[in-house]
Amino acid sequence: VAPEDCTGCGVCVEVCPVKNKSDASRKAINMMPQAPLREPERENWEFFLGLPEVQRAKLSHTQVKDIQLLQPLFEFSGACSGCGETPYIKLLTQLFGDRLYIANATGCSSIYGGNLPTTPYTLNAEGRGPTWSNSLFEDNAEFGFGMRVALDQQKAFAEMLVTRLAPAIGAELAADLVGAAQKTETEINAQRERVNALRAVLAGNGSSDANNLLAIADALVRKSVWILGGDGWAYDIGFGGLDHVLGSGKNVNVLVLDTGVYSNTGGQASKSTPRGAVAKFAASGKPNSRKDLAMEAVSYGSVYVAQVAMGSNDTHVVKAFQEAEAHDGPSIIIAYSSCIAHGYDLVHGLEQQKLAVQSGYWPLMRYNPVLREEGKNPFQLDSKAPAIRLKEYAYREARYTMLARSNPELAAKLLEEAQDDVEREWRVYSARAAMPGRGETPHIAPPEKPESKPEEKLAATAAGGEE
Amino acid sequence: MTDISMQYLGMKLNGPIVVASTPLSESLDNIRHMEDAGASAVVLTSLFEEQLVLESRALDEDLSRGTNSFAESLNFLPEQSDYRMTHDGYLEHLRRAREAVRIPIMASLNGATSGGWVRFAKEMEEAGAQAIELNTFALVTDSRQTSAEIEQLLLELVEGVSKAVKIPVAVKLSQSFTSLPHLCAQLEEAGARGVVLFNRFYQPDFDIEALEVRPTLHFSTPSELLPRLHWAAILYGHLKGDIGITGGVHSAEDVLKAVMAGGSVAMIVSALHIHGIEHIGRVLADLKYWLEKHEYASLAETRGCLSRRSVPDTSPYDRGNYIKTLSSYSLRQTTAAF
Repeated sequence: VAPEDCTGCGVCVEVCPVKNKSDASRKAINMMPQAPLREPERENWEFFLGLPEVQRAKLSHTQVKDIQLLQPLFEFSGACSGCGETPYIKLLTQLFGDRLYIANATGCSSIYGGNLPTTPYTLNAEGRGPTWSNSLFEDNAEFGFGMRVALDQQKAFAEMLVTRLAPAIGAELAADLVGAAQKTETEINAQRERVNALRAVLAGNGSSDANNLLAIADALVRKSVWILGGDGWAYDIGFGGLDHVLGSGKNVNVLVLDTGVYSNTGGQASKSTPRGAVAKFAASGKPNSRKDLAMEAVSYGSVYVAQVAMGSNDTHVVKAFQEAEAHDGPSIIIAYSSCIAHGYDLVHGLEQQKLAVQSGYWPLMRYNPVLREEGKNPFQLDSKAPAIRLKEYAYREARYTMLARSNPELAAKLLEEAQDDVEREWRVYSARAAMPGRGETPHIAPPEKPESKPEEKLAATAAGGEE
Repeated sequence: MTDISMQYLGMKLNGPIVVASTPLSESLDNIRHMEDAGASAVVLTSLFEEQLVLESRALDEDLSRGTNSFAESLNFLPEQSDYRMTHDGYLEHLRRAREAVRIPIMASLNGATSGGWVRFAKEMEEAGAQAIELNTFALVTDSRQTSAEIEQLLLELVEGVSKAVKIPVAVKLSQSFTSLPHLCAQLEEAGARGVVLFNRFYQPDFDIEALEVRPTLHFSTPSELLPRLHWAAILYGHLKGDIGITGGVHSAEDVLKAVMAGGSVAMIVSALHIHGIEHIGRVLADLKYWLEKHEYASLAETRGCLSRRSVPDTSPYDRGNYIKTLSSYSLRQTTAAF
């Protein structure tokens, strides 16, 4: 633990399962007053920083416990203590940080992600790290889309130059630079080696093609474009652009850090705010249900979609991130994010996420178009049927209970309706997941008609002529 | 027709079965159902001292979390003009329950120390409660606190509540007192009109895999009735007030035992959770059948007939019983061996 940067949320202690065998009040990690520990822990921290990173190739990138050893390239953000968004971003940088391009919508994640002149995004020992930029609130999807188009254009230009300079580069290297697979991290690293070799070969060339290629050679290495933002952006203000980008077919990934409110501006209701929760502009409780953004994205059929909650199933989150990144097309991940605007001590944030899933309020799902190509149902429901009532999850948060205190009759009515929402959504999701085959049988289109005979065509023409 | 009415806390009840404090009575429909099934009174769920003392502070913390900590937003939840606390809802429910049924409705306060929260007893009275059951439970974990201090705190609490209201106050006790007869006599002096034997100690259980202690709640079993009968039988005749028996009452036989030990009422809850509220009707039918079969004119005449002062041999209630039971057990073992 970095003693001077820990925000003291206590989530790591709360979630730690390892207890002292002789004293169950002590865990493998414990909260203690900071001041007396500052000096000794500073030394420990320095020692820790001096340890070599574990080689990425030796770790499984699908196992949560291994992934925790991957170096995060997002650290010490200015987010609230216990923020539910930052763990997703940290994970993102652990998995794809050294080739990550982030377009960040204005909001919490742009504030703690770009608390200029400092930034929580950092570099690894090779000097690689996420490329990050923030445009506006309303156009972030388009902004990320632009990053993708620019990268694709640079890559196409670089590939053209490689082909043109093949005699100077060497036929084998040139062919590999353009055609080698880059699906796995090993393959991507091999491509980086090729780019280094390319730079060495072209170092003394001096031609304008060589100079141009040297300037953009990095574009030959596969990049991962992620469009980040909150629900205020994704569900409301940036939704038109988001929908446009999801419909573009381009290989971009969207991560919606969904707190159910405009968190950064002080908790205004968005279309993600659940029914019955109090928020600014919904002081009497949100009267209607949350928009099902996941199903809207599923409706395209070609978009990878996942709804995740780290506190409920961290392996599921990792799977969704990996699959979204691997999908050669648009992807969207909607991530449940605990927030200070929910009105409870965020030390219980992960537990609350678990309850959200158990109540059916936040079903975990993935829609992977690749499975459709394999003849399977692309819609996978990854959480169990509701095991507790919505109230058992919701009434642990002041955003719900404050309505029960200020207007109990209305709160009871909205809670009942919200319970109905949960059940309705679960029926839709489970029916979709249970569909046989590719999720599209039986065929319902009428069979194609056989082509009509020439004499019938003639008769039809003649009849038309009489009129 | 055998008369099964009983006197309890100065009220004439139409039968001996009182529904003890249970979440079932949070529904008005259930309370009506209890009356229809033959319950003679209902004790509502408890308002807890901690709840009353800490609730407003906890609410304030939840609503103001994060306030003034970020330049971008000064707070995160809109302000409401008024908040109803749990006790507001409780009093409203109490008023409605009074309007819904004719049987007495008793309110319940759960606490261990006197203090500002005791004023809620007055509010319960004003909302229509016909009696207050003061559920006292002090679990001492401080080695410096003596049993005498605990009893003194309890007496102060009972005196405070009894003085605050005109309606009768019954004290629901824990079994864990060294000298119950002495304590009960003092409780009467402090203003209690009756004692209820005993509240059930929800013992925490251990999860040895997670190394966690978890609260557990099991329904009572008839075997839990025995210590209550024992103490009611000892106390009967020594108190001016009434004795209510709660914990382990499941059948007509249990009700009869409770009354024969000296109880005025038998309180029932677990059996209703297990068999449904209509179970009260079955118990009453069995009770009447037994009384008629044994030619009793009223249930009241059985009261205290097996109490310590009424039985010819008191040894089963005294320490001698321990040796007798033990020796008879050893004898059986020895006999069986041969």
